[in-house]
Amino acid sequence: MRANCWIGKHDMRVQNVPDPKILNDRDAIVRITSTAICGSDLHLYNGFIPTMESGDIVGHEFMGEVIETGRGVQNLQKGDRVVVPFPIACGSCFSCQHGLFSVCENSNPNAWMAEKMWGHSPAGLFGYSHLLGGYAGGHAEYARVPFADVGPIKVPEELTDEQVLFLSDIFPTGYMGAEMCDIQPGDTIAVWGCGPVGLLAMKSAFLLGAERVIAIDRFPERLAMAREKTGAETINYEELSVHDALKETTGGRGPDACIDAVGMEAHAPGAIGAYDRAKQAMMLETGRPVALRQAIMACRNGGTVSVIGVYGGFIDKFPMGSVMNRSLKIRTGQCHVQRYMRPLLDRIQRGEIDPSFIITHRMRLEDAPEGFAMFLKKQDDCIKIVLKPH
Amino acid sequence: MELQTNRRHAESRPDESQHSQEEQLANGLGWFSIGLGLAEVAAPRAVARLAGLENKGRTRTTLRFYGFRELAAGIGILSQPRPAGWMWGRVAGDLMDLASLGSALSSDDNNRAKVAAATAAVVAVMALDVRCGQQLSNGRDGGGMTKNSGTSVTKTVVIGRPPEEVHRFWRDFSNLPSFMKYLDSVQITGEGRSHWKTRALGGKTVEWDAELVEDEAPTRIAWRSLDGSEIHHSGSVRFERAPGGRGTLVRVEMQYVPPGGAVGASLAKLFGFAPGQQVAEDLRRLKQFMETGEVAKSDASIHRGMHAARPAE
Repeated sequence: MRANCWIGKHDMRVQNVPDPKILNDRDAIVRITSTAICGSDLHLYNGFIPTMESGDIVGHEFMGEVIETGRGVQNLQKGDRVVVPFPIACGSCFSCQHGLFSVCENSNPNAWMAEKMWGHSPAGLFGYSHLLGGYAGGHAEYARVPFADVGPIKVPEELTDEQVLFLSDIFPTGYMGAEMCDIQPGDTIAVWGCGPVGLLAMKSAFLLGAERVIAIDRFPERLAMAREKTGAETINYEELSVHDALKETTGGRGPDACIDAVGMEAHAPGAIGAYDRAKQAMMLETGRPVALRQAIMACRNGGTVSVIGVYGGFIDKFPMGSVMNRSLKIRTGQCHVQRYMRPLLDRIQRGEIDPSFIITHRMRLEDAPEGFAMFLKKQDDCIKIVLKPH
Repeated sequence: MELQTNRRHAESRPDESQHSQEEQLANGLGWFSIGLGLAEVAAPRAVARLAGLENKGRTRTTLRFYGFRELAAGIGILSQPRPAGWMWGRVAGDLMDLASLGSALSSDDNNRAKVAAATAAVVAVMALDVRCGQQLSNGRDGGGMTKNSGTSVTKTVVIGRPPEEVHRFWRDFSNLPSFMKYLDSVQITGEGRSHWKTRALGGKTVEWDAELVEDEAPTRIAWRSLDGSEIHHSGSVRFERAPGGRGTLVRVEMQYVPPGGAVGASLAKLFGFAPGQQVAEDLRRLKQFMETGEVAKSDASIHRGMHAARPAE
């Protein structure tokens, strides 16, 4: 089959690779009909995620048709149309039993690598480094899906691929980011990053009852989409001081909750940005936590900072004093997608939201490497690329 | 269950005396580093005189620099529970000292007899450093050296199944290869007897017969290889009910003495793995198997050695 493979930093290639096979009884093989490039794939592309190997198939947002099931999979049949969640979860361990699917205790065969880096291991993920399992990803014609009796969700025929594809990651991720804010009536939520996850977090914040949502970015087309498609107010951080603007618009108190939908490759103008870029380049920190620092400093006393942007290792100049002295809550995690797929599919079916509004580009799988380059440089106002493998 | 509040004690359980000995030696060398370091930093003139070095400004600067190095090593050794890295750092420092003293010996400005004596002293300390470093390095990884230069490992895992079920699975030794990666097979050969087969590096098969020595369902199982086996192996596993109905706490202790018991023939050399890490991985697979019915496999993990995350031919 054809698959989009990571060869090295800024080097993706679509190659011929063997078709996947059932390796365990609870596996299924899915013929992929739609798959997307995620903002977190850019961290791989930029070489910031350790333990990638040349030739790894990437991609963790995908859906398709079940073409084969292992003996242990009773709930799926050949021909079922499914969306596959990006964390691989067994459904029976302590974490899964508590709904914490992205920290499944059993799905990462390379858990020892993650333990060296993070103390304990989270779940295995599709197409996202060997430290997170060494599983082939979904930028391919076919994929093997482990624990297929737990993860994939069947989707009804009347919904298009584009309406449901983002149940695999970014819609639940954005939604969990908003849910972790414990939104109360009258709340103002500030969201750093108007990428797909940030935009869906804004939508979700309104769905969960936020009064105002304030979007922070620097790209005019993204800020425009935040205003027009989600109803957020916007701050361009290249034009205004984010901290002052947030203070002013909230009567000096600050937003009730702040969502970091940016992660470890934040951009910042001026000396702070240069400082973090230099330290990251010298491997003295693995993240540039500019958005996170701002979110902490901006949040109102006793408020919540919700972190859904991806971080890989260590960050620097973390304002713990602000967190401690002002009673802030920090909530974070890779999304426990399996927990959200059913209720969010229901919301899509009821017409409360159509996440396909973020799609700006549709491409063939063969064009994935050009897609990565374009997405990285935000060319042609690129926000979200969907790939068609067949 | 006894609480393991101190990492030193946790790691010294398999063989207390051996561990405390090497740690005492490490502590002694750590304080030696600090003493010498202080002397070199505070009184480089006196140290230079004692070592028979010419009292020059450059000599004193070098001695002060070496003094800071000694202080760092000493603090490192004393502040770490098993300071193998710092101990090898000391060995590197010794080599630096020897190089300096070597060049000092060739200069007429120095008192050759005193420099030679200082060199001998550094060589003697370096021998201690090397010995201590070796002992500490061998004991890493949750495994420790036993008196017979074998390896002893203690590891634990929590499994979300009742002790009765986990005990029953382990008690049938023919199940062990399903989660112990380097075991090829275990055959039940009689009441409480079994035949174990494993493959060493280079394809050589190592096999032995074992007997059950304890079996208290559902709390404890112990076994050991029969006398005269090629490899001396013994192990025990305890199954404790985890608090809050969270399944079973499994605690495994294993000892291996490689064929011949020779110092060089460590298990790592024989099988290509560090035993502590290996037992931890085995227990993780046991947990996967008991909780999910299968051992997690990825496109990369099914291969020995590195393989890209893509399906195999």
